[in-house]
Amino acid sequence: MKQFLVFASALALSAAMAEAKTFVYCSEASPEGFDPAPYTAGGTFDASAHPIYNRLTEFKKGTTEVEPGLAESWEVSEDGTEYTFHLRKGVKWHSNEKFTPTRDFNADDVIFSYERQGKADNPWHQYIAGITYEYYTAMDMPNLVKSIEKIDDYTVKFTLNQPEAPFLANIAMPFASIVSKEYADALDAAGTREDLNNMPVGTGPFKFVAYQKDAVIRYQKNPDYWGTAPLIDDLVFAITPDAAVRLQKLKAGECHLMPYPAPADIEAIKADPNLKLDEQAGLNVGYLAYNTTMAPFDNPAVRKALNMAINKQAIVDAVFQGHAEPAKNPIPPTMWSYNDAIQDDPYDPEAAKKMLEEAGVTDLSMKIWAMPVQRPYMPNARRTAELMQEDLSKVGVSVEIVSYEWGEYLQKSMEAGRDGAVILGWTGDNGDPDNFLSVLLSCDSAKEGGANRAFWCNEDFSKLLKDAKVTADPAVRTKLYEDAQVIFKEQAPWFTIAHSTQYVPMSNKVSGFVMSPLGDFTFETVDIAE
Amino acid sequence: MVRFILSKLLYLVPTFLGITIIAFSFVRILPGDPVLLMAGERGVTPERHAELSAQLGYDKPVVMQYFDFLGRLMQGDFGSSLVTKKPVLAEFLTLFPATVELGLCAIIIATLIGVPVGVLAAIRRGSWFDQVSMTAALVGFSMPIFWWGLLLIILFSGILGWTPVSGRISLLYFFPNVTGFMLIDSILSGQKGAFGSALSHLILPSIVLATIPLAVIARQTRSAMLEVMGEDYVRTARAKGMPPFRVIGIHALRNAMIPVVTTIGLQIGVLMAGAILTETIFSWPGIGKWMIDSISRRDYPVVQSGLLLIAALVMVVNLIVDLTYGLINPRIRVK
Repeated sequence: MKQFLVFASALALSAAMAEAKTFVYCSEASPEGFDPAPYTAGGTFDASAHPIYNRLTEFKKGTTEVEPGLAESWEVSEDGTEYTFHLRKGVKWHSNEKFTPTRDFNADDVIFSYERQGKADNPWHQYIAGITYEYYTAMDMPNLVKSIEKIDDYTVKFTLNQPEAPFLANIAMPFASIVSKEYADALDAAGTREDLNNMPVGTGPFKFVAYQKDAVIRYQKNPDYWGTAPLIDDLVFAITPDAAVRLQKLKAGECHLMPYPAPADIEAIKADPNLKLDEQAGLNVGYLAYNTTMAPFDNPAVRKALNMAINKQAIVDAVFQGHAEPAKNPIPPTMWSYNDAIQDDPYDPEAAKKMLEEAGVTDLSMKIWAMPVQRPYMPNARRTAELMQEDLSKVGVSVEIVSYEWGEYLQKSMEAGRDGAVILGWTGDNGDPDNFLSVLLSCDSAKEGGANRAFWCNEDFSKLLKDAKVTADPAVRTKLYEDAQVIFKEQAPWFTIAHSTQYVPMSNKVSGFVMSPLGDFTFETVDIAE
Repeated sequence: MVRFILSKLLYLVPTFLGITIIAFSFVRILPGDPVLLMAGERGVTPERHAELSAQLGYDKPVVMQYFDFLGRLMQGDFGSSLVTKKPVLAEFLTLFPATVELGLCAIIIATLIGVPVGVLAAIRRGSWFDQVSMTAALVGFSMPIFWWGLLLIILFSGILGWTPVSGRISLLYFFPNVTGFMLIDSILSGQKGAFGSALSHLILPSIVLATIPLAVIARQTRSAMLEVMGEDYVRTARAKGMPPFRVIGIHALRNAMIPVVTTIGLQIGVLMAGAILTETIFSWPGIGKWMIDSISRRDYPVVQSGLLLIAALVMVVNLIVDLTYGLINPRIRVK
């Protein structure tokens, strides 16, 4: 019995590896589809945008810096509204059983990839009924892009309505992946347009082979890849939703690498001689947002006093089990323009009490909203709220903890006149500080449909962000964002909680994996020892 | 018999309509909506929310939406997932065989062990076997599936290394889906070792899924047997000097089987509930995990049509159980 079972399971991987180098990734979630444009989940992008596709610009591995991708180089006009991209030549499209490309990647593909998302009258805009392009909309592309022109086969010009410094980072994001116009035409002719989403054809390091829903995704190395060819032959995603089971699979040798270990397992993983653990500060922030439009929270001194009454380190220790960095700024330390000169408000209940008295606040009672779900930036909101409740009671503030179902929580927490302070957080999309500060703290987003849950509208702060957004010079932008963080700290619209650490456990045999600050999992550089 | 079947089938019509209402309302009663959940922390403007809701057809009055849903059902259209944009029926049919395979194995294990244990416990009433097995059944019945599954994985896959951790078959094997049943497809593929691998992957999840039904079946069999053993005809059979084996096997067991078959039939519902957790923990690509994911994303079409398909299935199984009674006990047919 034992022999037969071992034969069937444990040996399977090593047997497979003897023939070809197969790398197995125990992924967390099933992809929603393989066209990156209509979807928003990180797990979908790991399965589609990263292995299969490329973009005009790419994030340099392990950083949030933008580097050339399918565009070899580009020029930006003086006023910052015209971007001319020079496309890479000789880039081959993948082939599959239904499609063999007759030409290399060119400008038509670029225009097709953007227009199908941006133009409602493009025949591919609704190639699947009910499809929407959430990221294209969320990154404000419909208002930003005035036109996209083909200059010649290898030159494309984007004209914007106004200058936008984060534009090059935006188009490195998964939604901007370049798909093949020729493949789309072929599918059109065959009447199987939805195959663009089921049988993807890209230019990326891995070719799509097959997907068995909720179970396995298979890829093959792309031998014609224009970049550095992958070191492994086959890439397999074994979809394993439960973190404890993923770890068991990793230990049993059923996969080589896994995402999102449970915080409680970190120590055991470190102790396991067959495993190793990569770690990096996450591109995220967890925060408590006061409603700065309601008394007494409209008084910065009161907010500051409350911030000084909460023991941040205790939350990091108890809730994050130490796997996080206490946050003093709204952006994480791995992001450029992070202002390290800023001093965090000290934990000082006595001083806090005095400040509240000076502000004329006595017998304050408030609500703290605790999210009902776990997020990378907040493993346990209820526990966090309880710790805050305890700390605040020591300075005479009584706290009631409330919670709602997740969708309702997101909606109600953005309703004007909301009662109470809200625990929430953010994970960056493109590594640009604007993607944190404008989205979460600008005047524009302090209304329904935005994400400024402090309803904090500071003209000086918002002006700095606007200036930074239309400035191309990184040094100038850095200075502007550093100044913005100073205003943030003085005004204290949030109690900044923590930037959680990301962990990636993997087998000792794995080499060459590079963690992405954006939380992506990519495998073109990995190798496995025999 | 034909009349009996027809009358049973007639009952199904109102039941089915009732289920469409429940399935439709259930996911809408939950707070939160798919558009909000898709937008996440970023938020969505009221205009965009209205636009997306209209695109999905959720701006109409709920009653209208229900009749739209019913109208499309009549034409065999179960709708498409809001998340994957694929037809619900196609997704159901892809995932369903995995659940059936797991469920069948579980119910076979539960019956093959549960019935003999129950019979033995009844005829040795009060013995150590009776006490131990019934205590074990009580423990099994109260077992939290998630914890139990993880415990078995850690012991048998982690420490002993006897079984694979999760999945349906080793990743080494790659062959097309023919029937969707891995045990059959692995044989059809002709690949050496494929069947063994599929079988070894099935062991732990089916044990976990079988645990609760097994406990219920064992206890039900025991009490049904005890009741029947006290009947006059059993005493008469014994008095005639019939060998105990025949008394139990023919006179007692056959009559005791009626409530047991009902119980086994009712376990299909329990199996579906258990499948949700078992499939999640063993990364088993079936409909239980699919439903859970869809509920948390408020994927209305998948939840309503999925529930409907599952309910229809439970109804069919119950019908088969009813018909089986007719075979075991002719008096029921006549009634």
